[in-house]
Amino acid sequence: MISNSINRKIITLLKVQYSNMLEYRVEIGLWAISGIIPFFMLNIWTNNNLNESINISDVMLSRYFLCAFFVRQFSVVWVVFSFEEDSLMGKVSPYLIQPLNPFIRYFAQHIAEQITRFPFALIIAFFFFIFNPESIWIPNLGILLLSIISTFLSFIIQFLIQSIVACLCFWTEKASSIERLLFIPTLFLSGLLAPVASFPEYVKSWIYLTPFPYLIDFPANLLSGNQTSVFGGFSMQILWIFLLFPVFRKIWSAGTKKYTAMGS
Amino acid sequence: MSKNIIEVKHLSKSFDISSKEQGLKGTLKHFFRRQTKSLKVIKDINFEIKEGEIVGFLGANGAGKTTILKMLCGLIYPSEGSIIVSGSLPFRRKENFLKNITLIMGQKQQLIWDLPPIESFYLNASIYDLDKFEAKRRIKKLSDMLEIDDELFIPVRKLSLGQRMKSELLAALIHEPNILFLDEPTLGLDINAQRNLRKFLKKYNKETNATICLTSHYMKDITSLCQRVICVQNGSISYDGKLDLLLKRLSPVKEILIVCHSEKDATKLEESGFSIKNKTKNEITIKIENNLFTSALKTILNNFDIKDLYINEPPVDEIIGKILIKKDYDI
Repeated sequence: MISNSINRKIITLLKVQYSNMLEYRVEIGLWAISGIIPFFMLNIWTNNNLNESINISDVMLSRYFLCAFFVRQFSVVWVVFSFEEDSLMGKVSPYLIQPLNPFIRYFAQHIAEQITRFPFALIIAFFFFIFNPESIWIPNLGILLLSIISTFLSFIIQFLIQSIVACLCFWTEKASSIERLLFIPTLFLSGLLAPVASFPEYVKSWIYLTPFPYLIDFPANLLSGNQTSVFGGFSMQILWIFLLFPVFRKIWSAGTKKYTAMGS
Repeated sequence: MSKNIIEVKHLSKSFDISSKEQGLKGTLKHFFRRQTKSLKVIKDINFEIKEGEIVGFLGANGAGKTTILKMLCGLIYPSEGSIIVSGSLPFRRKENFLKNITLIMGQKQQLIWDLPPIESFYLNASIYDLDKFEAKRRIKKLSDMLEIDDELFIPVRKLSLGQRMKSELLAALIHEPNILFLDEPTLGLDINAQRNLRKFLKKYNKETNATICLTSHYMKDITSLCQRVICVQNGSISYDGKLDLLLKRLSPVKEILIVCHSEKDATKLEESGFSIKNKTKNEITIKIENNLFTSALKTILNNFDIKDLYINEPPVDEIIGKILIKKDYDI
């Protein structure tokens, strides 16, 4: 009964948010194109033969960066910016007096946006294969399924991290500046600019203790067929979700007590 | 006898406010050593509201009316005291409590800007666990009451302010709440839209026996909807009671414009001991205290030969304005 009601809420939220996102289809197409950093990185790596230093072939490296692009497309999170704006404009107030946590709305917005992004990402992949025909491969169904799950878990980790930062809006109006600080390790340690395997051993040993390599490196390696520990990767993703969720609950609860309903 | 649906005891609220001195020196000082002070905006207030009542909160800007409404609906946490609304502690925001209330803030919208209002209505319906058929029935009923139809299918961004406000109301009432908190609901609306909104609220209150707590700077909202008002001054309650009594208390005199047959008659009236406001030729305006009004009127009619007579009640806006302009007005 309860789960039916929650399912209905989520489905309606998704439908409405998807309709809303379709109003911005051109913008979403542009956002999808703007996520092509991995392809620039691929170019830098291959032109400088950097892949030789980490014993990875050109083909595997191009597949890795294509997968990194895909993982990034379906795990990108901007909740801190939405919440900050809504908080400053007083839009959070009506959400707070509804029997639905506002973050579920933002979650649905992200999922709806990912669904809208999907065809654009496929078009970009199509062009990638035209220019790199040697990279074409078809992952087996099991790997594909695991990669989708790990990408979704990566999205949840990023959503939780940003939601925790977003809740700081209850104390400081500009929580997004803290998110910008987090963007630096995310960029360098997640595998977006370089596979984590390329880092020196002593650096790798502590990078793997942070959530960052499980955001892009792990799902991208899994999908591209590069060597990775499936069990270890999933365990760490689940562990980080279990660690971050109570922190979010705690900070949300403390923050709403601090809320002043500014701007409304 | 209706039961109390809202009970507020010794309620206070303080906010931490940071202050900054003017100029570059002040800016640098503010950057390195931010000074904050605690400001008590609501000070030990008590009141009760009965089921089905429409209560208006009056006060100057910054008096604390909106802060009280925000605490009543559970949006902000009280610093001291207790609030019980519909048997619940508002700030806990339990599902049952949230399904019983709504908050409407003029110019603040919950509708999705780029989609037609109907999409937001069905979304709200699912948030409040209404099935599709029930949602459809309520949308039909409320849209009939609010007299909106085609607007339901036009993107919100293309609606006029009045149409948007009606849609906001529909979105906020789809779960048929028992308690409505309305903060300046007619802000920015034209006269007709204001009148329609008041008509709707009256009807909604009559049909559902909903309790309505309202703040507004448009006195017509207060006079046409509220029998009871709570005046808030500097965070304290200075008056809680019937609107009629407040008006009598704030305006203890009535004015009578008397048109005499001649200037001579007017002069005779002027010299008879009444308090004169002004006199022009054969017209004279006198001020009479409310409790002496009937006897004074009898005296005038019996002793003076007058052509015509007009009784002027001071405008409500002017009377209430005294509270708003002068923050420490003694009620």
